[in-house]
Amino acid sequence: MTAISQTRPPRLDWPAILRDAGLAALVAFLLTVPLVGFRTVDRPTGLGIELHINEVVAAIALVFLGRVGLSMIRSGVALPVLVLSLVVAVAGFFINLPTETLRVVMIGGGLVIAIRALITVMTHRSKLTQAERDRRMDRIGAKVQHASRYLAPVGILFAAAFPMLPIADRHLIDIGILLLTYVMLGWGLNIVVGLAGLLDLGYVAFYAVGAYSYALLAQYFGMSFWLCLPLAGVLAALSGVLLGFPVLRLRGDYFAIVTLGFGEIIRIILVNWYQFTGGPNGITNIPRPSFFGIADFSRTGANGLPPFHSLFGLEFSSLHRIIFLYYLILILALVVNVFTLRIRKLPLGRAWEALREDDIACTSLGIDRTKIKLAAFAIAAMFGGFAGSFFATRQGFISPESFTFIESAIILAIVVLGGMGSQMGVVVATLLVIGLPEAFRELADFRMLTFGMGMVLIMLWRPRGLLAHRDPTIVLYKNGAGAAAGEKGA
Amino acid sequence: MSTADKTPLLTVEHLTMRFGGLVAVSDVSFTANNSEITAVIGPNGAGKTTLFNCITGFYTPTVGRLTLRHPDGKEYLLERMPGFRISKEAAVARTFQNIRLFGGMSVLENLMVAQHNKLMRASGFSIAGLLGLPTYRAADKQAVELATYWLDRVKLLEFADWEAGNLPYGAQRRLEIARAMCSEPVLLCLDEPAAGLNPRESAELAELLIFIRDQHQTGLLLIEHDMSVVMTISDHVVVLDYGRKISDGDPAFVKNDPAVIRAYLGEDEADEPAAAAGEGA
Repeated sequence: MTAISQTRPPRLDWPAILRDAGLAALVAFLLTVPLVGFRTVDRPTGLGIELHINEVVAAIALVFLGRVGLSMIRSGVALPVLVLSLVVAVAGFFINLPTETLRVVMIGGGLVIAIRALITVMTHRSKLTQAERDRRMDRIGAKVQHASRYLAPVGILFAAAFPMLPIADRHLIDIGILLLTYVMLGWGLNIVVGLAGLLDLGYVAFYAVGAYSYALLAQYFGMSFWLCLPLAGVLAALSGVLLGFPVLRLRGDYFAIVTLGFGEIIRIILVNWYQFTGGPNGITNIPRPSFFGIADFSRTGANGLPPFHSLFGLEFSSLHRIIFLYYLILILALVVNVFTLRIRKLPLGRAWEALREDDIACTSLGIDRTKIKLAAFAIAAMFGGFAGSFFATRQGFISPESFTFIESAIILAIVVLGGMGSQMGVVVATLLVIGLPEAFRELADFRMLTFGMGMVLIMLWRPRGLLAHRDPTIVLYKNGAGAAAGEKGA
Repeated sequence: MSTADKTPLLTVEHLTMRFGGLVAVSDVSFTANNSEITAVIGPNGAGKTTLFNCITGFYTPTVGRLTLRHPDGKEYLLERMPGFRISKEAAVARTFQNIRLFGGMSVLENLMVAQHNKLMRASGFSIAGLLGLPTYRAADKQAVELATYWLDRVKLLEFADWEAGNLPYGAQRRLEIARAMCSEPVLLCLDEPAAGLNPRESAELAELLIFIRDQHQTGLLLIEHDMSVVMTISDHVVVLDYGRKISDGDPAFVKNDPAVIRAYLGEDEADEPAAAAGEGA
């Protein structure tokens, strides 16, 4: 590694490059033998192990070549590498390969190296410094932020019209519901992480509290969804306050660890309190929501409510309920969004952001940190609770399986990738983080691999998130003269 | 200095602050008057910042009493109040030695955050604000007016929409003072406000502090190393050395106090003119 970074001028130090690539190939060998080489197969006699030597060899060869390519890029020979890696990627499409896996690795690897080479070629041409490029990206972020004033209504209109479009089938609307649930959770968590700057790794706990609140209230007391929705929010907010009191005196990493623990505690309680929560079996037959207590979506009507389709004179369709759920989550998500946009311009929201910037200065200005943090925590938890009870009613079945740490991590990833505090960023990141793996479901396990790769790429390219740009909540000079001056000075 | 409105604002009695075995401030007593500038000076490590942190609630003193008496006669015992209430209720504002602005927020937003408690009440703890009621909008407008007033005072009006972190150093110092004043304090504590300023900026700062004292009837307590500032604007100087108070009086008295000269210049040169202490006088 070091030997290569020293040879900056475009002179290739072949021994060092080969040594480096050999080392990478060795690491690849150690990793691929257990991961790729041995595969368990189900045989009539029991489990057996199959050897996949050819895949191991191919993987090592690809890693070796890729590493050589990377070293060459770093030594300044980017153009030939770009051409070669593109050739490899294209060849991956057409050549007959022993397995499909190999094809994906070949195309993916070729493309990654090609992108890397392309970036190098372009940066060599552009002669911009890193800082200048960062600033340009910031300006793009700012432009998107400003464009979001027009994009947002278009997006909302599209989202509202989506179920009516001819392309919308049950599958797509389901994906839409999933996306909107995560957008809502992302916007909710954004209050704590993006605005107040508190790294919450256990947000899923509030989601779980909301879901179980509805499921249990419905199961034990037969309460309806529309009564339970606010109750679930209140209960989640209470659990947020309960967690908040001991935790909010902690800072930074310690805070994050305790919230992580809290998330797990909730899940473990749900698993172990068998008599009350049903334990790992979860709760089944959670009632579906009615049409605002007026009509029911089943064919014959239920609970003394008339069926929806006859009330409105429509043909019966099972899609009605799905479309209704879609609009429900759309409205819930928009409520969170409007709340966040408004609260930012209020003293509470400003205090959150000030807290993120410097909490000691906040104290010196008479701001009660504990109260402000608790408010952020409780409000975000409430929105998590709403989303949770929606989740419960949509699925009709919940179990602790749905509320594992990975859910918290995904929601946090959405907030961080989108750019902390950016509402539009959350939407874009949700499309990337949830939408892409959904769209590439056929790729099976590789979609998680590409997901990870995408995360790494975004963090390298834009460490502060995709749309990390903050607009002031109040401006003195409405015509933007002051802001322009600010950019010049930046 | 003996005019009627100059009543004691802050009374420090037998203040002692120990960190384990280290005594940072030992049995210090003094008073700071209303509408006066009281300077706390002393060599490095004399305990000035510790004294400040006790007054502004960042530390709880080991021993001693800190009484703040508002012009309307209300009294507050600062050593018993948690940090944020000292600013919220007792109306003591402070600045920091290493500037603590909300760097990612705009200049105007910094000043709006300083008016948090007032605005929070006006926004009905956000409920009226969320609904957009006119009472809150009026309060918001007033807050912007106060912010604009102080921005004008510290000559930062044209930078109102800048990100605070992008301002030059001297401007950040002035903004911190403006932010503290936006919380409408009766006592303003400044921790080395002239540190890192050039002579012209120091002179402007002195002017600003005098303006605050005379026009806003605010008591000022400042720690300062820049003697040209201290000696020109202070009404009252307290000298600390190794955590003890060694001198207390008006600038002319302190400048010629043998104990002060000893502390700054050492034992042997006691007969030298007070070069360090008298630099700018």
